[in-house]
Amino acid sequence: MERITPLLWLLFSAGGTVAALLFPIHFFLTGLAFPLGWLEAPSYEFLHRLLTHLVTRLYLFILISLPLFHWAHRFRYTLYDGLQLKHLTVLIAVLCYGAALVGTAMTAYLLWDIS
Amino acid sequence: MPSSVALTVARYRPEMESEPTFQTYEFPFRKDWVVLDALNHVKDSLDGSLSFRWSCRMGVCGSCGMKVNGIPKLTCATFLSDYLPGPIRVEPLDYFPVMRDLVVDLTDFMRKLKQVKPWIIRKEEKAPGDGEYLQTPDQLDTYKQFSMCINCMLCYSACPIYGLEPSFIGPAAIALAQRYNMDSRDEGAAERLKILSEHDGIWQCTFVGECTKVCPKHVDPAGAIQQYKLTGATNWVKSLLLPWGAR
Amino acid sequence: MSAEPHYTLYHPRWYRRRVSVWWWLQKRSYTGFVLRELTSVFVAFFAVVYLWQLRALTQGPEAYEQFLARLTTPLFLALDTVAFLFVLFHAITWFNLTPKAMVVRWRGKRVPDWLILGLNYAAWLVLSAAVAFVLLRE
Repeated sequence: MERITPLLWLLFSAGGTVAALLFPIHFFLTGLAFPLGWLEAPSYEFLHRLLTHLVTRLYLFILISLPLFHWAHRFRYTLYDGLQLKHLTVLIAVLCYGAALVGTAMTAYLLWDIS
Repeated sequence: MPSSVALTVARYRPEMESEPTFQTYEFPFRKDWVVLDALNHVKDSLDGSLSFRWSCRMGVCGSCGMKVNGIPKLTCATFLSDYLPGPIRVEPLDYFPVMRDLVVDLTDFMRKLKQVKPWIIRKEEKAPGDGEYLQTPDQLDTYKQFSMCINCMLCYSACPIYGLEPSFIGPAAIALAQRYNMDSRDEGAAERLKILSEHDGIWQCTFVGECTKVCPKHVDPAGAIQQYKLTGATNWVKSLLLPWGAR
Repeated sequence: MSAEPHYTLYHPRWYRRRVSVWWWLQKRSYTGFVLRELTSVFVAFFAVVYLWQLRALTQGPEAYEQFLARLTTPLFLALDTVAFLFVLFHAITWFNLTPKAMVVRWRGKRVPDWLILGLNYAAWLVLSAAVAFVLLRE
């Protein structure tokens, strides 16, 4: 675990940057503007067409998986420090990074196979 | 301006009590006094048993660190007039064991400081006859801020991670390691990397930033730590991709 | 120096205060720090929402309509508003901390913090505009 800490920190930083730069606009559109009708949501056909491009798929992969690793690393330390759950440290690490890996795998699987 | 002010001071006399208590002292207010002056007045005229550390009384020795109204400060640089009407609470620094009254034990930091090797490391020293090591002002600028540290320990007292995990190497030690890593005369970055990249080294830090807030010398230890995280991470990637690479 | 000193007559008992589990409520800056760290939960929340949208898109138009409908329910609108505010908080605190972590030296001098901050916000604006342009093109 110790030897890959630099890698986990790099993933955390990259994920945090992706989340800081891209999440506000995506979240504003998908979570607020489209459901509330302020702006017109893109149609299924339009999005599906976008998804056929490799660039879109790479973009979405980064957009979803890196922030998950950002959460995993940060949340693990928040539980460790904030709630002083030191005796559960291995379990917490496994659950956090494991969840991020699962999310990444699901994203890759869905993006791989778009007709 | 009030005519008198009160200091509520934490007392701990291990021969008498098992827990710290508070004692309040009232004395005439002098607008040019700092908390250290007040403590010395208390010790001279009111209660000679009060124990505390101090030395230079001008903010360069780092001895007089204490908590004033809950915030770690150098008591020689903290004016009574900023805390009116009082009473002003003076306590020993957090997260260090209290030996007596306001005196804490700093052995833990001293040990950690030695571990980061805070001296110029060179593979080969120049003989004195060969002249000095030359350094441009820009090269000095890269590490000068971190060299301002006076080892006052206010940063350790503000760092919640150090409080929760006493084995954390701590802000000042890392900032001082960086001071030497960034020094153009130094060749010891690889040696320091080992101790700093351990579990209780830089990776414990979650960038709370309190250390930088309380530092009286504007060393910015939080910045030093984050910069070193980036260096440490890039070194790790390099060593992975180029295991044979000479560093 | 051992962590457990041997107390004798001439080595009196030192007092060690235990850090309370509520340490983060005792100072405003500590609470702000924990809130900042908790933004990661809302970041993960949105990543999962987007993953869910991706899944709906691969399952067909009806699944996508269902997904859109779910997002208009009051529960999700409330969740999304709170989460959006936290994501904004993450972005702002992240940009504010970037100049501390990334020191760029240009021709020997350190690039000033305000410039790094400005470049980050500029990138944020440009990227947001690009995303909005792509998604609203229809």
